[in-house]
Amino acid sequence: MTSSPLSTLGDETARALAAIEAADELGALDESHATLVGRRSAFVALQRSLGTLAPEERGAAGATLQEARRRVEEAFAARRALLESRERQRRLDADRLDLGDVVVAQVPWRLTLGHPSLVASTQRELEDVFVAMGFKVADGPEVESDWYNFEALNIPPAHPARGMWDTFYVDLGEPETVVLRTHTSPTQIHLMEAAVAGGTLPVHSVMPGRCYRRDTPDARHLAAFHQVEGLVVDRDITFADLAGVIETFTKAYFGEDIDARLRPAYFPFTEPSAEFEITCTICRGAGCRTCSQTGWIELGGCGMLDPAVFDAVGIDPEEWSGFAFGFGIDRCAQMRYQIADMRALIENDVRFLEQFS
Amino acid sequence: MKVSLNWLREFVDLGESLEELREALDDLGLVVEGIEHVGEGLEDVVVARVQEIRAIPGADRIRLVVVDAGDGPLEIVCGANNFVEGDRVPMAPVGAVLPGGFEIGRRQMRGVTSNGMLCSASELRLSDDHAGLMILNDVDAPEGTALLDALAITPDVVFDLSVEGNRPDAWSIEGVARDLAARFERPLRAPRLATTNTATPSASVAAAGIEDPALCERLTVSVLRNVIVGPSPTWVAQRLVGAGMRPISNVVDASNLVMLELGQPTHPYDAAHVAGRALRARAARSGETLVTLDGVTRELARAGRGLGDTGVDCVIVDGEDRVLGLAGIMGGAASEISDATTEVLLEAAAFDPMTIARSSKRHALRSEASNRFERGVDPNLALRAVARFVAILSETCSDLEWLADPLDVRGQAPEPSRVTLRPGDVERALGTVIAEDEVVRILTALNFRVERREESLEVTAPSSRGDVRRGAAGRADVIEEIARLHGYRRLARRTPTWAAPGAITARQNLRRRLRDTLVDLGVLEAWTPTLGSDEDFDLTHPGLARVRVTNPLAADESVMRATLLTGLVRAWGRNLERHRGDVLLGELGAIFIHPDLAETPRRTRGGAGGTVELELPVENERLCVLLAREDDDAASAVALWSVISARLGLADVVVRSNDNVAAGLHPTRGARLVDRASGAVLGVLGEVEPSLVERLAPSAVGRRLGVMDLDVDVLADPSRATRRSTNVAVPSRYPTASMDLAFVAPPQVHAADLAAALAGASELVESVTLFDVYAGVEGGRSLAYAVSLVSNERTLVDADISAARAALLKAANDLGATLRA
Repeated sequence: MTSSPLSTLGDETARALAAIEAADELGALDESHATLVGRRSAFVALQRSLGTLAPEERGAAGATLQEARRRVEEAFAARRALLESRERQRRLDADRLDLGDVVVAQVPWRLTLGHPSLVASTQRELEDVFVAMGFKVADGPEVESDWYNFEALNIPPAHPARGMWDTFYVDLGEPETVVLRTHTSPTQIHLMEAAVAGGTLPVHSVMPGRCYRRDTPDARHLAAFHQVEGLVVDRDITFADLAGVIETFTKAYFGEDIDARLRPAYFPFTEPSAEFEITCTICRGAGCRTCSQTGWIELGGCGMLDPAVFDAVGIDPEEWSGFAFGFGIDRCAQMRYQIADMRALIENDVRFLEQFS
Repeated sequence: MKVSLNWLREFVDLGESLEELREALDDLGLVVEGIEHVGEGLEDVVVARVQEIRAIPGADRIRLVVVDAGDGPLEIVCGANNFVEGDRVPMAPVGAVLPGGFEIGRRQMRGVTSNGMLCSASELRLSDDHAGLMILNDVDAPEGTALLDALAITPDVVFDLSVEGNRPDAWSIEGVARDLAARFERPLRAPRLATTNTATPSASVAAAGIEDPALCERLTVSVLRNVIVGPSPTWVAQRLVGAGMRPISNVVDASNLVMLELGQPTHPYDAAHVAGRALRARAARSGETLVTLDGVTRELARAGRGLGDTGVDCVIVDGEDRVLGLAGIMGGAASEISDATTEVLLEAAAFDPMTIARSSKRHALRSEASNRFERGVDPNLALRAVARFVAILSETCSDLEWLADPLDVRGQAPEPSRVTLRPGDVERALGTVIAEDEVVRILTALNFRVERREESLEVTAPSSRGDVRRGAAGRADVIEEIARLHGYRRLARRTPTWAAPGAITARQNLRRRLRDTLVDLGVLEAWTPTLGSDEDFDLTHPGLARVRVTNPLAADESVMRATLLTGLVRAWGRNLERHRGDVLLGELGAIFIHPDLAETPRRTRGGAGGTVELELPVENERLCVLLAREDDDAASAVALWSVISARLGLADVVVRSNDNVAAGLHPTRGARLVDRASGAVLGVLGEVEPSLVERLAPSAVGRRLGVMDLDVDVLADPSRATRRSTNVAVPSRYPTASMDLAFVAPPQVHAADLAAALAGASELVESVTLFDVYAGVEGGRSLAYAVSLVSNERTLVDADISAARAALLKAANDLGATLRA
């Protein structure tokens, strides 16, 4: 049937495929798109010629034509991807730099002063105060199990007290068993466990670190924040020691004219528990908007270690006693530098960052 | 919790000033979060009758109103339209100061004089209604009567108290009053209570039962007859409004009032709609549903997602076992009190706190009742609360009958804790001596029972203090109560000392050195988000397992970061848009590797009781610096690294170029930092991959951004990041000979390896420094080194130098490098 309008289809297809395989340059291939598969290609001309066929033959012929065209288009796309990747590799090869050949003395370096993050420098100042008071500084992980973050701290599963923290849960293990730590307190448990296992009690440590709470950020709160926690486990430790440490720290960090006071509070991991307030650092106790005219602002929580916590880590409460305290590092920075909006801390605006030295 | 001072005064005499009371409450741990003055500023406002309303020529929004406030006609300009002649309205005369400090003056408007102000309820802070004047036609008081008298409002102060989770007893006016009475050493008065007043026994008409004693500590059911549902007395309504509750009807209001006053939630049912007049408590069965009063259909007994939540719901059912309500949380619509109610079944019960807490969380349904039950309601309070309820309801239902012997069924309630206080226990905990008499006085005032024994005090907690535990923990609980009432501010302070010195760890010291060095070199320290989007994660780790948060605040904050680079490039891009992109930006922080991808996942205990072994993500501390100044590139990163390496005292780290060193880095402009001795990789140097720049900082397309990304975990480990010897070498006193040697080295020969070979070629070699690289050479590139030679024993002679030179050339040749002609 030499009269069939599609008699040349095989040849045209083979010719186009060969041309595609022969193309070596991305630019040249792209330029030939119209003549090989596009509007000036043989396929378009053949498509038009289908009109000469009887209607009942048109369907099958059209399908044959489309199939051939699709093969050519696929070959074109595959070739194009190959050439593109070659092109990219060529560019990368041309761009190649052997960093081992860098002559450091020839690298220009402009002198400018950098700036530490406000949180990091505040954390260091706090660490320095506590180290001078005899504390060691310990780190802990940011992802914890519910045991360390809650249960060992006397907050059993489904206990309403778990609602005191808006917790981010991690999709590992059984539901609600892995959390982003909501406070630095789990590090206390790690330290006490290690001290019991290693026979190295007493413990006198502070634990700074990043914590997370599922709380929409606003001017005073961020979903990620930093806390420093203190832990003392020793013989004959009393509430008076706790109050004394809080007071000593307050004066050393905020200044001699700043006082600390305690008022009853509830934390599952301490008993008795207290909230500690310090003289308002803005008005120095005279009363202002920041402290709602009371002259005092809340800084953190503290208390004597709860016997249930000692029980969880295997420490005998008849022999040892201790206290813990914790407060926000970011909040200290906010108070000290009077940062109007905490969100500036995570926006990383150079104009904000370069203010700290 | 809102606590009215007038209400407190019904229980205890309080002559203290507001400031003194605030101090006392704070010091008792009942922190005052706000103080509201009710009725303040209304002293001068009177009831006035509208005699005449006249238009004011030329004004269409205001009218002249003539009122009589007892002293004859008074002309007042008014903008409201919701009243007619003859109505009675509140009027603030000239000179009055309204709530909020607004002073009424005599004013001229459109040629007329206004001699006071007619007020809306919102202007008087009596409600939110500001649609028009407050209409007083229903109030039985003649013109001129003070508004406070007409409405029977007593000026009051309302404290907004924050009550801690371990104070189930303080969720009531009486509980707060008890603390204050104990603090001020004054008697606590009891409220007026009713008694049953018919001979008909309750059991003859009604029934009560507990099927699951673990869920319900006590269930009492009282039958009340001759109930007439109507409005509450004014004092009841005002009490509720002051506490932030809406008055509904005398029956519902009495229930709410008792809950606020004594802490016992009660639930009134329309007896006509309770089949068999029977109330029973049982666990809901799977498949049961309930339409609660808020109109929501609740599916009961479905296990919750929360840890330890097995789906137990305690419900109240009727005589045909149909569910009437979610016990202790919310009732059902079917048996609600209506205007037609004449007989009430009043449930006063105590439920297992954990059951209520879990149900309330699972159904996301919190109520005033559930708040109290989940903290623990005194199981002995029920009938006292009913007696109070009846006393209040009797004021509006004069023929009210409370049937004899209310039904009273007990489930399992914990025994009150008994704690032994040994001599010295209080002092050992508090460091302050508190006299035994004072201890006994405090505990007794808080309803603890104290028995003095020879060697101890035996303390029994009241049933209202379910928070007091047993054993050592219970002792701590009791000591907290003693400290609280004694006053934390009166406790001793002592600064403890111990022998062990304070210190930071080597790791912390390393962080400090890194930060200091970076800051000195011009780096700004950033803090970028730990949680990011899947899209961002896939930019550097496509398709890899990721650590995901199940309840993120936003979908694009659900994946824990696996690199610091993405956040830094994004942060930098935003600065670039502000034309502040000419910076070095760095961050020190953890990245999180899914346990499935970690070589050794972190294993720890978790689950209920800590009995399950869990695999946690590996937290890898990284230091990443983006070198984004004009003209910075991978070479700048090498320069930065060279200073850090020297500052950390690292022995020998090779900058080893490789293709595709790390995700997110330019494929052909990167290098690994390899510790020569240990083979460990300390980090990578290079440039940000161009497509990543395009994606994260679109305005920077085509710009080179240098990157240094260090593994702080490896840097902190001396077995992997080998340190130079800390022994200091005294330099030779003999002259140094210098020579420059340029080699042609094939591309595969690393400049650092050649330098190391040269350094080891002769013991005379003191230092080898690469000072020039020239690429356009056949067979590789030219590497030029400055070599200095010296001996510790003598001055070098020509022969020494030639021998050393020959050894240097040989060492180079061995690597395939030849001296450049």
